[in-house]
Amino acid sequence: MNFINLLKIAINALKRNKMRTLLTMLGIVIGVASVIAMLAIGQGSKKSIQEQVSSMGSNMIIVFPSSQMRGGVQMGSASSKSLTIDDIEAISKNCPSVKMASPEVRGSGQVIYSGKNSPTTLYGGNENYLGIKKLSVTSGREFTIKEIQSSAKVCLAGTTVIENLFGSSADPIGQYIRFNSIPFKVIGVLSEKGQNTFGQDQDDLIIAPYTTVQKRVLAITHVQTILASALNEASSPKAVAEVEELLRARHKIRGDQENDFEVRSQEELVQTFSSISNILTILLGAIAGISLLVGGIGIMNIMYVSVTERTREIGLRMAIGGRGKDILLQFLTESILISVFGGLIGILLGVGASQLVGKIMNWPTVVLPQAVVAAFAVCTAIGIFFGWYPARKAANLDPIDALRYE
Amino acid sequence: MAKTIIEVKDLRKDFQVGEVTVHALRGINLKIEEGEFVAIMGASGSGKSTMLNILGCLDKPTSGEYLLDGHSVGNMSRDERAWLRNQKLGFVFQSYNLLARTSALENVELPLMYNPKIKAKERKELAINALETVGLADRMHHKPNQLSGGQQQRVAIARSLVNDPVVILADEATGNLDTRTSYEIMSVFQELNSKGKTIVFVTHEPDIARLTSKNLIFRDGHIIKDILVSHKTFAREILETLPVYDDYKK
Ligand SMILES: Nc1ncnc2c1ncn2[C@@H]1O[C@H](COP(=O)(O)OP(=O)(O)OP(=O)(O)O)[C@@H](O)[C@H]1O
Ligand SMILES: [Mg+2]
Repeated sequence: MNFINLLKIAINALKRNKMRTLLTMLGIVIGVASVIAMLAIGQGSKKSIQEQVSSMGSNMIIVFPSSQMRGGVQMGSASSKSLTIDDIEAISKNCPSVKMASPEVRGSGQVIYSGKNSPTTLYGGNENYLGIKKLSVTSGREFTIKEIQSSAKVCLAGTTVIENLFGSSADPIGQYIRFNSIPFKVIGVLSEKGQNTFGQDQDDLIIAPYTTVQKRVLAITHVQTILASALNEASSPKAVAEVEELLRARHKIRGDQENDFEVRSQEELVQTFSSISNILTILLGAIAGISLLVGGIGIMNIMYVSVTERTREIGLRMAIGGRGKDILLQFLTESILISVFGGLIGILLGVGASQLVGKIMNWPTVVLPQAVVAAFAVCTAIGIFFGWYPARKAANLDPIDALRYE
Repeated sequence: MAKTIIEVKDLRKDFQVGEVTVHALRGINLKIEEGEFVAIMGASGSGKSTMLNILGCLDKPTSGEYLLDGHSVGNMSRDERAWLRNQKLGFVFQSYNLLARTSALENVELPLMYNPKIKAKERKELAINALETVGLADRMHHKPNQLSGGQQQRVAIARSLVNDPVVILADEATGNLDTRTSYEIMSVFQELNSKGKTIVFVTHEPDIARLTSKNLIFRDGHIIKDILVSHKTFAREILETLPVYDDYKK
């Protein structure tokens, strides 16, 4: 029996029970579609996290105070005042792999402008701050070193803040806004960044010289976080090591003592998030995979029914010269056709669904070609695996018994 | 001297049913020559179907020898016997065994599908020829449920002869049909036989057996009588004597 005849027989047999074929196929369709969609969603979130983080500066290094044991009492990291402006100057001077550094101080509160107000966060940095965070100013200007030295009450505002306070028409440059009742002159508007992966609005912020924020808003002298950027992505691990060594020396931390700060590179952050979303992807994929398995069992079930129903046909085919192999291939072709067709439809549906999810839920999705190829291969394998036993049962029937079967 | 198609020597078949051994065939010796039309007769359970299944290479004998057209079937594998059935044999069953929802033409083509040497075009030509032989050329696109019992059986006969077998085996091929249709089918068989086809035919009805050339009477797994039918009767002639509405009397 040649291949075309096999296909013809299988297609005819499947057409004879259209509804049953379609329902059996549906199991595979749903299974494959959900696997593809789940993987696309998982991959999408991974990719967007990566993009997000590198848009924040993939060679960025963050130093923040860590909780420390003092006399057996764990101090909260927020209360730690271990980082100072001098640390930043030392880092700029003594770490060859660090291009520039900036303090970061922040406080949250209300901004007010002529009766309108909204909650936001105020960040303070030096002249390098925008560069390190890959921010830029679309209108107006950045603050100057002189303004930093004089703790000038000037600020750069994110687009969300501008919208909340000024609406879309008025020109905010030169206007005074109040943050926790301290007036700031708006000297620039930051470029729009949109939401990050976690749904956070990255444009809801105000940036001012750190000196102003330290003295006039927070009344502190220490620095909450140090931001630095490495010369390039490759040198970022080296920069981390240099910063750590320098700060240990400066903070007089000896030998086996724990650091009172932590140094993280954005690179590490990317990896952590990537591995989290990898786990997420695997989990989602596995759950979807179970539905594919159930679809496969559905095929097996229907093939058993089909073999029993067509016992006499099998007997006849054997009587007129069909070998066991021919019968086996006939039923195997049927189950493979069901699973492969179901798989193709499932792939289309899965790709469509992930695109739809991407549009409607505003959730990034990435359909990997490997996932599609793998889904197709798995479908074929399912057809063979779950079709095998019913087909072998058919092939091993005794022709006389099969012919007599009622 | 005609060619010997079937030669059976001291053939036995036992069935083991639990503790009991059923001796279905107890030493059959048999020779069927090319062009013979043999009827196998006998009471129910005498071993007729068992004999035919072995002749048809569907079943293996417990002991004894069976030569089909020069091939020794006794120690053949499953696949070899399938090949023999495909090349040398044609079957006609009591219950037609046509594939449902499949046209007469495709049903007749079926045996040739299992012969890789025959291409689609030739297959179709051979099937149409076979349907013409049984007088059903005008019904070749009908499905079994659009055909009468007699017509279905004629499709089955066409299927049995499409591969030009050395012998056609029929087990109670008229068993499901009324008298008139039975004679119609017998007339088809007679015509095939007159063209030289060898036919082995199991039947319960002496009237039908009369239309063959040789009757073998089975009892308890033995052939007890081997009768040559001397006076040839033609099914076609009997058909003419039957009243047209005979169907209702039976
Ligand atoms: N598969 C089997 N297993 C056990 N016994 C069997 C089997 N097939 C046939 N027999 C026995 O073998 C004997 C012959 O059966 P067979 O079917 O050949 O009879 P038959 O002459 O065709 O009868 P009928 O005219 O009723 O069809 C019977 O006693 C039957 O019970
Ligand atoms: Mg019988």
